[in-house]
Amino acid sequence: MMVPLDPSDKPTSQRRIAVGDTVVVYERHDSMRAVTVTADGVLQNRFGVFRHADWLGRHFGSKVFSSAGGGGGGGKFARKAGGGFVHLLAPTPELWTLVLSHRTQILYIADISLVVAYLELVPGCVVLESGTGSGSLTTSLARAVAPQGRVYTFDFHDQRAASAREDFEKNGLSSLITVAVRDIQGEGFPDEHSGAADAVFLDLPQPWLAIPSTGTMLRQDGVLCSFSPCIEQVQRACEAMRSCFTDIRTFEILLRTYDVHEGALKSATANEAANLGSVPEKKRKIRTGGEAFDSTQTSSVMARPCSTARGHTGYLTFARRSVHGSQAVANECCSTS
Amino acid sequence: MAPPPTPVIPREAWEGCSVLLDINDGDRLAFFRLTPGATVKIGDKSCSLQPLVGRPFGSLFRVGPAGLVPCAAAEAPAQDDGANGQAQVETRDNRSLVDNNTAQTLSSEDIEAMKREGASGDAIVEALIANSSTFGNKTVFSQEKYKLKKQKKYAPKVLLRRPSTRSICETYFKKYPARIGFMRVDTLSLMLSMANVGAYSDVLVVDMVGGLVAGAVAERLGGTGYVCSTYLGSASSSIDIIRMYNLSGDMTSRIFQARLSDLCSLQNSGDAPSAILDSIQGEVVESGAVPDESTLAQPVDTAMSDENVQSAAAQPIDIEVAEPAMDEHLNRGDNSSDCKGSNGTSIAPKSLRAGKAPSPGRMKYWKEHGFSSLIVAAPGHEVESLVADLLPLLSYSAPFAIYHQHLQPLATCMHSLQVSKMAIGLQIIEPWLREYQVLPSRTHPHMQMNAFGGYILSGIRIHSPDPCNGE
Repeated sequence: MMVPLDPSDKPTSQRRIAVGDTVVVYERHDSMRAVTVTADGVLQNRFGVFRHADWLGRHFGSKVFSSAGGGGGGGKFARKAGGGFVHLLAPTPELWTLVLSHRTQILYIADISLVVAYLELVPGCVVLESGTGSGSLTTSLARAVAPQGRVYTFDFHDQRAASAREDFEKNGLSSLITVAVRDIQGEGFPDEHSGAADAVFLDLPQPWLAIPSTGTMLRQDGVLCSFSPCIEQVQRACEAMRSCFTDIRTFEILLRTYDVHEGALKSATANEAANLGSVPEKKRKIRTGGEAFDSTQTSSVMARPCSTARGHTGYLTFARRSVHGSQAVANECCSTS
Repeated sequence: MAPPPTPVIPREAWEGCSVLLDINDGDRLAFFRLTPGATVKIGDKSCSLQPLVGRPFGSLFRVGPAGLVPCAAAEAPAQDDGANGQAQVETRDNRSLVDNNTAQTLSSEDIEAMKREGASGDAIVEALIANSSTFGNKTVFSQEKYKLKKQKKYAPKVLLRRPSTRSICETYFKKYPARIGFMRVDTLSLMLSMANVGAYSDVLVVDMVGGLVAGAVAERLGGTGYVCSTYLGSASSSIDIIRMYNLSGDMTSRIFQARLSDLCSLQNSGDAPSAILDSIQGEVVESGAVPDESTLAQPVDTAMSDENVQSAAAQPIDIEVAEPAMDEHLNRGDNSSDCKGSNGTSIAPKSLRAGKAPSPGRMKYWKEHGFSSLIVAAPGHEVESLVADLLPLLSYSAPFAIYHQHLQPLATCMHSLQVSKMAIGLQIIEPWLREYQVLPSRTHPHMQMNAFGGYILSGIRIHSPDPCNGE
C-alpha cells in the first residue's frame, strides 16, 4: 500500500479507509504518527480521543474530529463538541521517514532524494544496502525499484534487523525488501549478489572495509554511494575506491526552509514620528494594525528563511564501478580474499 | 525467494541509442544518437561514432589516426595519479617561478612535425614535459595540472556516458541551465521524492522545462503508470528532452499530453465530455506523437549529431533560450570544435511535437480516481491560480511539488493554499548542494559552486468536507 505492487493497490480518490490500513495521523506539520486502523481502535493525543471506527469509509486526506476531550491546539478550529481534529493521510516513504521509530540516526529527504537519483535507480533494479538502520532510506529504495526490483539490506544488529523486517512487513514491502543479519564490514556482501547489483549503498562506520566487496557486487558502470558523517571517513573511503571505481564525487546537501506570512511593512516616508524608536515593537504593531501605518498600505505575503536548520547530516560519496580492464583484472583489484 | 531479476539498465551502447559524450572531463558534454552516419568533431577531426556501438557505458576512448579507439586499461588515467598512496610531504614551491614564457623549448613547428610523423597525443605530452625547463621544479600538484592541460589539448579523451535523469539534468544545468529553468539535479530529485513518484503512479506534470521532468517521471515509472503532461493554452510545450532518455517504446507510450482546460472541464462537468468509447485502451495516437524507439532509430534522426546544430535553429520549437531546441549538442567554451555549416540534413520536427492525447476512457479514469501526484515546473509562470486549478485534479491525500526559480510566486501560492485549506504539510524549501575535492591532505569544498538550484513548494492535497453533511 505504501508502495503499490499492482495498479489496484495505489491510493486514489475512490479508496476509503478500511480496517488494516496504515494511516499517517497528521496533527501538525511537526507532529505525525503512523496508526494501523482496527475496528475498535482508539487514538488518544493532545487533540482528543479519536475512535478508529469513525474513520472507516472515509477518504484518505480527510479531516476527522475527536469524539471527546482535547480542545487545545487543533481544537481552536473545532466545530463540534469535544474536539480537536487531525487529518488522515495515505502513507508515503516521505511521511514514513517522519513517523518511523528511530532505532538509529536516520537519513532524511534531502539525502535520500540525492541518493536515489545518483544511484540511478529505476523499477527493476537490484540494490544492496548496509546497514539497514531504521529503514528510512530502505523504504525509498524499495519505492524506486518496485514492482519487480529488489532491495537486499544488511545490518549486523540482530534485533534492529528484526524490527526493520517487521516494519517492512507492516508496510507491505516484504516482497521488495530482504533483510539479513550480516557484518558487511567484516564479511563483505554475500557472493550470490556478485556482479548482480545495479547500485550499492553503504552507511557504515568504516566504509573502506566494505568497498572491495562492493566492487565485486556491482555491475559495470553501477553506482556506489557511501554516506559518512565525518570527513576522515570520506577520506579513507575515497582512497579505497580509487582502485576500481571512477567518477568519485563527494557532496553535502542541506535544505533551507522558508516561513511565509502575511503582513505590512511601514512606509519609510509616511508618519516619521511613529517610526522613531518603534523597531522592537514593529511586529506587534503590524499585528494590531491600524494607527501605526499609513492607511494606503496594504499587506503582502512575505517569506524568510527559518532561523533553525539542520547544519550537517553526512557526506555523500558516489562512485562508478570502473569498466576499464576486464572483469578478471577488476576482480583482482577488488578481491576480498 | 525469487531469482534475481534480469538487468533493467542497459549497460552497453547499442545502434540507435542516445548517448552522452563527455569530452575532456566535462569540458564538452554532448548528446548523440548512435546512427550509422553519426560523427563527433574533436579538434579538427571528424570521428565516426560507430566504434561506440556495443561498448559498455563508462568506457573511455581516445582519438587514434582512424578515429575513436577504446583506451586500454593501462591508458585509462588512474584516478588522479598524484593522489595515490600516502600524502607526500611537498618540499617544492613556486618561489623561483618566473612567468616569462621561455620555459617551453619545444616550438609549435616541432609539435606539428611530430604530429605529421604520426606521434600519439601522449607522446607529444611527454615531449612537452621533457622540454619544459620548469616542470621539474613544480609541485606534484601543479605537475599534474600541467600534464592534464596538455593532455586535453593533444590527447583528448572521450567518455561514453549513459543518459539518465542524473546525467541529463546535470548536463543541461551545466551547459544550458536556462533551458531547464535553472533546475538543479538535487532539486529535481527532491521533487520526484516529494511527489511520491513510483511504479503505477498517475503523475500529473506541468513541464515547461523542455521535457526534463516528464522524462524523469517516465524513467521512475519504468513502463508502469502514466505521465500526463498538461499545458496551458492550445499549444503543448516542447518536451523534446525526453528523447535524450533511452525510454523504451512502452515507457514513451505512457506519456500523454492534455490541455489543462480539457482536464479541468472534465473535472467540473458531471460526465466525461462525450458518449465516446470508455475504452482505456483506445488511446488516440496523434501524428505528432512522442517518438518511440523505432522512429528514433531511423537515420533521419541524425538531428542529434553536431551537423544539425545550425539547421535546428530554424525549428519553431524553442522560445526563451538562445540555444536551439534541437541542440542536444551542449557545448560551450570549446572553439576548436564543431560549429559546422548551416546546411545539415533537416530533421523531422513532427516527431517532437507532442505526446499522445489521452483517450476519453483514460480521462474518465483520471477524473474519477484523481492523479496520484503533481509536479509543476513552470519557471516563467505565476503559479497561484495554476495550482488552484490543478489541485482538484489530484486524488485526496496526493502529494505535490511546485518548482520555481523565484521565491515570491511560491510564497503567494503557499499563502493562498493555507487560506483556502486545500492542502496541508505546506513547506517551501531550497536545497543547497556543495561538492568536495577529496584528496590526501588536500580535502576541501570546491572553490566554485553553484549557489542556487531553485525553490520547491510541497504539500499534500486534503479532502475538503462536503459542507452539506458537515463532515
